[in-house]
Amino acid sequence: MLIIFGFLVAGFLCGFLLRRIRIRWVGKVTTALVWVLLLFLGIEVGSNRELIRSLPSLGLEAVAVSVAAILGSCLMALALWRWTESRKPSGRTGGGDNEESEKEGTVR
Amino acid sequence: MKDSLVIIGFFIAGILLGFFGLLPESLTGSGITMYALYALIFSVGFSVGNNPGILKEFRRLNPRLALLPVMTILGTVAATALLGLVLPHRTVAETMAVGSGFAYYSLSSVLITEYKGAELGTVALVSNIVREFITLVAAPLLVRWFGTLAAISSGGATTMDVTLPAVVQASGEKYTVLSMYHGFVVDFSVPFLVTFFCSL
Repeated sequence: MLIIFGFLVAGFLCGFLLRRIRIRWVGKVTTALVWVLLLFLGIEVGSNRELIRSLPSLGLEAVAVSVAAILGSCLMALALWRWTESRKPSGRTGGGDNEESEKEGTVR
Repeated sequence: MKDSLVIIGFFIAGILLGFFGLLPESLTGSGITMYALYALIFSVGFSVGNNPGILKEFRRLNPRLALLPVMTILGTVAATALLGLVLPHRTVAETMAVGSGFAYYSLSSVLITEYKGAELGTVALVSNIVREFITLVAAPLLVRWFGTLAAISSGGATTMDVTLPAVVQASGEKYTVLSMYHGFVVDFSVPFLVTFFCSL
């Protein structure tokens, strides 16, 4: 687990240090690596008969998780939206920085 | 959309190769997946760090809306934890790990496969593809039901690239920066949260 974090942070730092040069081929490398890894995931699934048999129920579970995840995050987003909207009038005294958000409120 | 189809294509090709035993056993057991995974994680971090545009835009955000990625993460983790209590064959930690992919199906499925095996990895792949797909298709509906920010929240880690056009169309153009910032933060949380829930 720590190794994973190490690679993530190291990658972030390298990218940040080299930020003056936009290195575009990294995206292509990422895509290629994803292809390779998912090919291997497929191979592992395909060579496991039991997994193949349970694919339909795994698919159902997957849909259940994604629907739950979307509903959960949308409800929290709604709460945040109501909160930002309700706080807007009091932000009027807050100075210039809030003007942009006030405009946003009137459009909706 | 095309990218997702190619991804599914590779996955299905792998299933067929494995099913008909067209590959030597030594290839799958050789640990190259681990090295490929490390390289993938490195390049994910790299591309985030190498994007000065987003980093600069951070400062211009409405401070309250900057909480949106946190809301997305909390909402997803809470809801998938509840689902984990209900689903018969899954533990709470497992559904939270799958949910923590935040539609970033490639990275989350690969990580989960490494830690929890191919079965949960497959669930993660399908689940997070479905999340991206629902966001692409239902963004206007989500905005109508759950307010302007819902489409961004639903898109999870993909709102800075794949689902950005759909999300911005549903929420409004002025939310482009928020959407990208949201994707950026959630994206970066995926490896942390997924490995964390897998280790529980």
